[in-house]
Amino acid sequence: MAKVIVTTSGKGGVGKTTTSAAVATGLALRGYKTVVIDFDVGLRNLDLIMGCERRVVYDFVNVIRKESNLKQSLIKDKRVSDLYILPASQTRDKDTLDIDGVGRVIEELSEDFDYIVCDSPAGIERGAFMAMYFADEAIVVTNPEVSSVRDSDRILGLLASKTKRAENGQDPVKEHLLLTRYDPLRVEKGEMLSVEDVTEILAIPLLGVIPESKDVLQASNAGCPIILENETDAGQAYDDAVGRLLGEDINHRFIEVEKKGFFNKLRLFRS
Amino acid sequence: MRFLDFFRSNKKTSATVAKERLQIIVARERSTRGGPDYLPLMKEELLLVVRKYVMIDESAVQVQLERDGDCEVLELNITLPEEEKEGV
Repeated sequence: MAKVIVTTSGKGGVGKTTTSAAVATGLALRGYKTVVIDFDVGLRNLDLIMGCERRVVYDFVNVIRKESNLKQSLIKDKRVSDLYILPASQTRDKDTLDIDGVGRVIEELSEDFDYIVCDSPAGIERGAFMAMYFADEAIVVTNPEVSSVRDSDRILGLLASKTKRAENGQDPVKEHLLLTRYDPLRVEKGEMLSVEDVTEILAIPLLGVIPESKDVLQASNAGCPIILENETDAGQAYDDAVGRLLGEDINHRFIEVEKKGFFNKLRLFRS
Repeated sequence: MRFLDFFRSNKKTSATVAKERLQIIVARERSTRGGPDYLPLMKEELLLVVRKYVMIDESAVQVQLERDGDCEVLELNITLPEEEKEGV
């Protein structure tokens, strides 16, 4: 049985697709057979971030409507073995996703994969509901910024009530906070919400902090998941986050201004 | 960071303002989340009833639903304006 992970946020442009691509790639790099599904029907983008846009033939909606089978529709990543992409449809509207159809596809994928990463569209409409409905775990992607934090809180409410787990009275969806576009220098100046501020408000465990980085745009320009750029801060931060997702105990990095001395870092790790 | 904060504690940073605003709005939104749909309408009607006697602003009525285990507590808070309070 595969574990289903949704990457969600409510607000758009906070880094959901970047995160889905990085986390799926990270899981595959660690030897887990992983598929990442784009739920943003009508506004397909995961294929670009993964660099496989020219290889899309069939998509998620084709599979749901049985116009193609999974084997035809899954795109195998060329860099990482055990990594597959199921792209969203570009032409049809979001209402083509239905619970039964999505459930059937996820069930079929479950037989073959260890992890299914669902890349949610922004908003709280059908696509976002479908992406979270079957989730076992959720990565709530948040920017240290008021509207993003508020939307994330709203999403947490939905995860607790509108998922299959919630409806069936099972254990709740395991929630993880991923704080992206974090700038320790601005935090120090009091211009940006800190990790502590956001975790205090949202009150869910911190999976990782991804520093604001020019490398993320560079990687998306090239269609390469940022986690593969393993010399970059953002890539390393994602790799740490994937480790934590798998239960490893890894200290948080990139959350203090670098010039800080050794003792400051030590204090941070202890707290 | 905290050491530096000590010196600028009299000046509120924008991050502090952001945090305070978020704490308030998030608490308010959580309190109505999952609550019954009739709450906003009930609030409207309560407002009309109170206005028969005292003119109050819409923001003077606060309805909060709190959950404590199996027990749900509906908390109504109506703030009367100063002059009316003295008159009554």
